[in-house]
Amino acid sequence: MKIGTPKEIFEGEARVAMTPDSALQLQKLGYTCVIEAGAGAAAGFSDKAYQDAGVEVVKTAAALWKAADVVAKVRPPSEAEVKRMNEGQTLISFFYPVANEALMKQAAAKGANVLAMDMVPRISRAQKMDALSSMANIAGYRAVIEAGNNFGRFFTGQITAAGKVPPAKVLVVGAGVAGLAAIGTATSLGAITYAFDVRPEVAEQVESMGAQFVYLDFAEAVQDGAATGGYAAPSSPEFREAQLAKFRELAPDMDIVITTALIPNREAPELWTPDMVAAMKPGSVIVDLAAERGGNCKLTKMDEKIVTDNGVTIIGYTDFPSRMAAQSSTLYATNIRHMMTDLTPEKDGQIVHNMEDDVIRGATVTFNKDVTFPPPPPKVAAIAAQKPKEKAKELTPEEKRAQEIAAFKQQTRNQVTLLAIGAVLLLAVGLVAPASFMQHFIVFVLSVFIGFQVIWNVAHSLHTPLMAVTNAISSIIILGALIQIGSSSILITLLAALGIFMAAINIVGGFLVTRRMLAMFQKS
Amino acid sequence: MEFGFTIAAYAVAAVLFILSLGGLSGQESAKRAVWYGIVGMAIAVVATLIGPGQGLWGASLVLIALGAGVGYQLATRVQMTQMPELVAIMHSLVGLAAVFVGFNADLMINDVAGLYEGAGQVMGAVGPDGYSAIGLPKEIYEGLSSFGQLIAKKTSVEIAILRVELVLGIWIGAVTFTGSVIAYGKLAGKVDSSAKKLPGGHVLNAGAAALSLLLAIMYMNDAGSWTLVLLAILALFIGYHLIMGIGGADMPVVVSMLNSYSGWAAAAIGFSLGNDLLIVVGALVGSSGAILSYIMCKAMNRSFISVILGGFGGPAGEQMKVEGEQIAIDVEGVATALDEADSIIIIPGYGMAVAQAQQSVSELTKRLRAKGKNVRFAIHPVAGRLPGHMNVLLAEAKVPYDIVLEMDEINEDFPDTDVAIVIGSNDIVNPAAQDDPNSPIAGMPVLECWKAKQVFVSKRGQGTGYSGIENPLFYKENTRMFYGDAKKSLDELLTRIT
Repeated sequence: MKIGTPKEIFEGEARVAMTPDSALQLQKLGYTCVIEAGAGAAAGFSDKAYQDAGVEVVKTAAALWKAADVVAKVRPPSEAEVKRMNEGQTLISFFYPVANEALMKQAAAKGANVLAMDMVPRISRAQKMDALSSMANIAGYRAVIEAGNNFGRFFTGQITAAGKVPPAKVLVVGAGVAGLAAIGTATSLGAITYAFDVRPEVAEQVESMGAQFVYLDFAEAVQDGAATGGYAAPSSPEFREAQLAKFRELAPDMDIVITTALIPNREAPELWTPDMVAAMKPGSVIVDLAAERGGNCKLTKMDEKIVTDNGVTIIGYTDFPSRMAAQSSTLYATNIRHMMTDLTPEKDGQIVHNMEDDVIRGATVTFNKDVTFPPPPPKVAAIAAQKPKEKAKELTPEEKRAQEIAAFKQQTRNQVTLLAIGAVLLLAVGLVAPASFMQHFIVFVLSVFIGFQVIWNVAHSLHTPLMAVTNAISSIIILGALIQIGSSSILITLLAALGIFMAAINIVGGFLVTRRMLAMFQKS
Repeated sequence: MEFGFTIAAYAVAAVLFILSLGGLSGQESAKRAVWYGIVGMAIAVVATLIGPGQGLWGASLVLIALGAGVGYQLATRVQMTQMPELVAIMHSLVGLAAVFVGFNADLMINDVAGLYEGAGQVMGAVGPDGYSAIGLPKEIYEGLSSFGQLIAKKTSVEIAILRVELVLGIWIGAVTFTGSVIAYGKLAGKVDSSAKKLPGGHVLNAGAAALSLLLAIMYMNDAGSWTLVLLAILALFIGYHLIMGIGGADMPVVVSMLNSYSGWAAAAIGFSLGNDLLIVVGALVGSSGAILSYIMCKAMNRSFISVILGGFGGPAGEQMKVEGEQIAIDVEGVATALDEADSIIIIPGYGMAVAQAQQSVSELTKRLRAKGKNVRFAIHPVAGRLPGHMNVLLAEAKVPYDIVLEMDEINEDFPDTDVAIVIGSNDIVNPAAQDDPNSPIAGMPVLECWKAKQVFVSKRGQGTGYSGIENPLFYKENTRMFYGDAKKSLDELLTRIT
């Protein structure tokens, strides 16, 4: 089958859904690739590069739509593009089925099967084709870069001959994929980074990226991200108030604020109010990654950069991935390639549209002339449900002391009990057994005791030599045989002789092998 | 005839043996300690030869020389991967020797009883002081070997105790013998290593043990030596059946348990011969083996009883489903990751020994260390088929021992580690032991390698490990599967890393 990628029609869109690299991989799956002339130009991939990778370059979009059995693109198809689809054709692109319902119905009527990259379920298996995450990652990175571009100072603190430069303070609101990428970028540039999220379980991830998590002093039943497929859910009004109060407190100190808070299928929550903007220092920058859905800051203007009266720059671009077209095309094309791998189980260049597969079913919005959106809930949960964490209670010194004393008492009690039992047993034996036996018995008991004391100190790494050496010395039984061999009875002599022979094997073998092993242990 | 100097020599030997075990607390002192053991053994044997064992010392020397020759051959030819087998087969020799010595004691008692009868006396009869035995006439007494003389001096109570001791010695010795032979067979792959039981299972063992007890009581009541022979045969069966019922992964416990038994057998024989050195050494070895078994059981979070009875306990309930998929990686990916990593921890397991990959592992370690990377090894107590087996294999491959660490020493370092490489281990890195209370290995301490930034698992294929437990580690997001024979994949990896 043929996979084709047309040039993106959307104004300003620089990404492309197929790169020369991904084309090579697709060809390995048994597909032939075709691309519209100039499709990769904006992302830095020339037609020549595609041709070198074995991709056929066609002149017009019309020819491409006609030739390809599978069309991969970035943006949702325009109406004109939907008209070009034909029956049985497969389209893979972002689709946003909630927003583009009419388009979806139109595509279904055309008989085209549409796989929406934005509908890929968030389960571990599907991560490799999760284009939303790969785009969010880029957006997070680019947000910091854009902020830096509009910020008049260094990120990192410096002490120079010309004076001291304080480090920039960055606040990232929402620690999703984009948020974490922004945190990573900001910390690696040297800024002091703070991050906030309504899901306290991400605090660990935030801290692992080198940022400080902003905790709220608020007791609410902890939200479990697992219930909502790994996304945040709306919070209660009280929680929101506590959150805003915290932000208000932070606002005057922050140089750069990056907001990424989105709740699926809702308008972006307002988290950065105009009074916070007013409280910020002149020259500060706000990057609102939620601009497309109205923005976390209501002053944000979609796709624009504005400067407020008090000199705060607010960036509301929505095309961050497209601003890094080479990078985002590479990642997106790889996502597409992984999707194709799942669709081509036999690697024979034939699509098997398996509607039983959670991932494929989830992404499919039209199939066989039917609208198949919304999909049934996936069979596996996105992330394992969080286990309620029991907090280790901080012990006061008195409690600790009491515990230690209790443990000590317990230990003493155990030891005394054991000793008492041992003593009673010994006495009981002593009552029946004759003195000649007791003499040996005492030796035995003491030896067991010494054995226990000594062996606990043996290094774990030397357990094998220990076994070999105990093996050798347990052949001390040779003494018994040596004493017996002088007997007048032939049978006794014979058995004793065998005993001596075997024990001797053991002694020499055991010691030699121990020596061999120990000699191998070398210090570096 | 008393041999005061022999006893003195025994005291010296006992001290030397204790020092030789105590010296194993560190790698350097151990090298000295083994010499203590050798010297102690030499003193004990020489003192016995010129003392109470002078009866046939010429023949004894020849036998010792022959045995030494065989032992030398064994010790120099054995491969370090075969250590578990060697240790097991050597235990069987100690066990068998104990059985022989025990039987000899019984024969000697019969002999001496015959002599008493010939002299018209009763063995063990107490003299007029009510305390010491009436001896044999002097000329007969002096014609006896030193062991005969020892028995001839005993009262009837002492002889009864002697019999208890030799029954114990023979019984434990016989169990050790067949048990070790089977353990050897399983370790050497000559006997199927899965747990097998005859119909009847544990009931059969219990029955045999009960019957042995009955025979022992009969023997004590002068039923004759045939009871002893039958008892030995029953013990041989128990040893065989017990170890047949234990699976290959539990072998570290089995081998250390047999080690312990061989010690107890020696101690029991020591009692019956009235030889303190035998008692001391037997007790040392016995307790050493017991502690090793305890450590191994603890490391698997299983009770000693459950290991001996064989097989894993059934899962307590529904086991957690494993989500995700195993993602494979090729040699280049591993090489790149290793190139970028600063700290690396390698977790070897029995699979490394099977593939004979330790040399390649060592070479890899050397090259990575030459690049200034922090390479360390994490050893789980039950990795391999013998306690400390991995340490010996790595030492043989010239991995310096100071970068080979125990589980407790290294477990908390995993979160700061860039790459963890799992080579041929499975259950000891299974996160289910911590996460899933229904897993058969729940609660077993494991190496927390999944906390490393990236984990590579070198593994033959997708199957589960010995215990048949699914390992969620293989499905984790930061885990990549490096399929193929461990040695081959590592050698290929070595071509990419210079």
